[in-house]
Amino acid sequence: MNGMSPIVQTVARFVKVFILLYGIYLTLTGHLTPGGGFAGGVVIASLYILLTLAYGKKFSLKYFPRKLAGSLDSVGALIFLVVAVLGFYFGGIFFANFLQKNYPGAEFSLLSAGTIPINNIAICIKVASSLFLVFIIMAVARIIDKKDGSKDYKQDQEKE
Amino acid sequence: MIFPLCFALFVVGLYCALTKRNVIKIVIGLAIMEYAVNLFLVLLGYKKGITLADAQAPIIEPVTNLDDFFMKAVDPLPQALVLTSIVIGLGVTALAIAICIRLYQRYGTFDISEMRRLKG
Amino acid sequence: MGIELIMIIILIFILLGAIIAVEIKDLLSAVISIGVVGFGISIAFLFLQAPDLAIVQIAVETVLLVLLIRATIRRDIKSTHSHINWAGLICVVVLCLGLIGFGYFALQELEFGKPAITRLEEAPSNHYLKQGLTQTGSANIVTSVILDYRAYDTLGEASVLFTAIIGALAILRGIARKKKGGK
Repeated sequence: MNGMSPIVQTVARFVKVFILLYGIYLTLTGHLTPGGGFAGGVVIASLYILLTLAYGKKFSLKYFPRKLAGSLDSVGALIFLVVAVLGFYFGGIFFANFLQKNYPGAEFSLLSAGTIPINNIAICIKVASSLFLVFIIMAVARIIDKKDGSKDYKQDQEKE
Repeated sequence: MIFPLCFALFVVGLYCALTKRNVIKIVIGLAIMEYAVNLFLVLLGYKKGITLADAQAPIIEPVTNLDDFFMKAVDPLPQALVLTSIVIGLGVTALAIAICIRLYQRYGTFDISEMRRLKG
Repeated sequence: MGIELIMIIILIFILLGAIIAVEIKDLLSAVISIGVVGFGISIAFLFLQAPDLAIVQIAVETVLLVLLIRATIRRDIKSTHSHINWAGLICVVVLCLGLIGFGYFALQELEFGKPAITRLEEAPSNHYLKQGLTQTGSANIVTSVILDYRAYDTLGEASVLFTAIIGALAILRGIARKKKGGK
């Protein structure tokens, strides 16, 4: 994948900030408005996919390498589990919302609902990195048509 | 009439998964079945009012009258379960597409009867 | 215009898209027709008062279309028509028609627009709707259900997604090792 025409690249350069902001907004206000970690994560993953399609695989892998994506995938799941275990420690129940019980915030404000925003951020990280990972691994395998009509399967050079 | 139409969508997906030879077509059939089940679950939780505005999404705003909200809000539980189901469906479909690409690289075709011939 | 009429129009639209996606020969056209189904479902979610699901469905459908087009483009998409297995085809058609008949008679009793929360006072959803804001502090009841009341469900979802992604990675990386070793 070598990127697309300059028109696509220019449009992608303009819209990438707005897509990222929309994803972050959906994630952070997931407990107040429609949205949440799943929606924000998928939107951010689609931003990565747009950049990969527009600028090519090398550009995307330079700023977000595959090992980092794999690590972030695990980090999201781990944050989720750590919050659950902390709920067990402080609240007595696995997944107890101990922050809301001890330090309740004002309703309808950004810093309310205890552990729910933390869980939203964890799920956003997890979904975004894992979807980007599955897209980039599919973009690596490619087919090259030989002159005699047969097909050759080649793996791109991996930079890790 | 609505639930049978939703069920018909499921049967279309089942027909596609059972009869088509192309692997991508089978994945498409599985995706259609998944969509039908998700839509069916959300349809089960809808609470109908007199007009279209009498049903309300289960989201409280600062201006919302709470008693009014309990009367009008639709069931949040199917929505919550379907929300996770959609993302799982994407992951499983991505796994199926990966298997398709692998099969194409191994056999050079998407046709499953062709694959069986090449294997045996 | 009532909700039933809107839903029937959207469902017929979705059914047409699904039938085209199933029956068309060209694979790229089939993949684009599956987009009709997904975006139609998203509009249906919007009318059924599920804005969370509509947002997620639109984003997921876009990613799924990109993945499917990635899988089908520049591949050998002409399928050979050697012979059709008529006996199997007739069996499947009879099975599907029987299923449609069964569904028509079985689901007629189900009344649209009357969920369990209106019939049962002690249904868990009633508890979530009434106590959700005070107990969890989250104004979005769907988020409070998936991340507080039923967070085990989300934990299971996270592990299923993790397993699926690891499976895809393992399947596609296996070729790389094999090719590098020299065949």
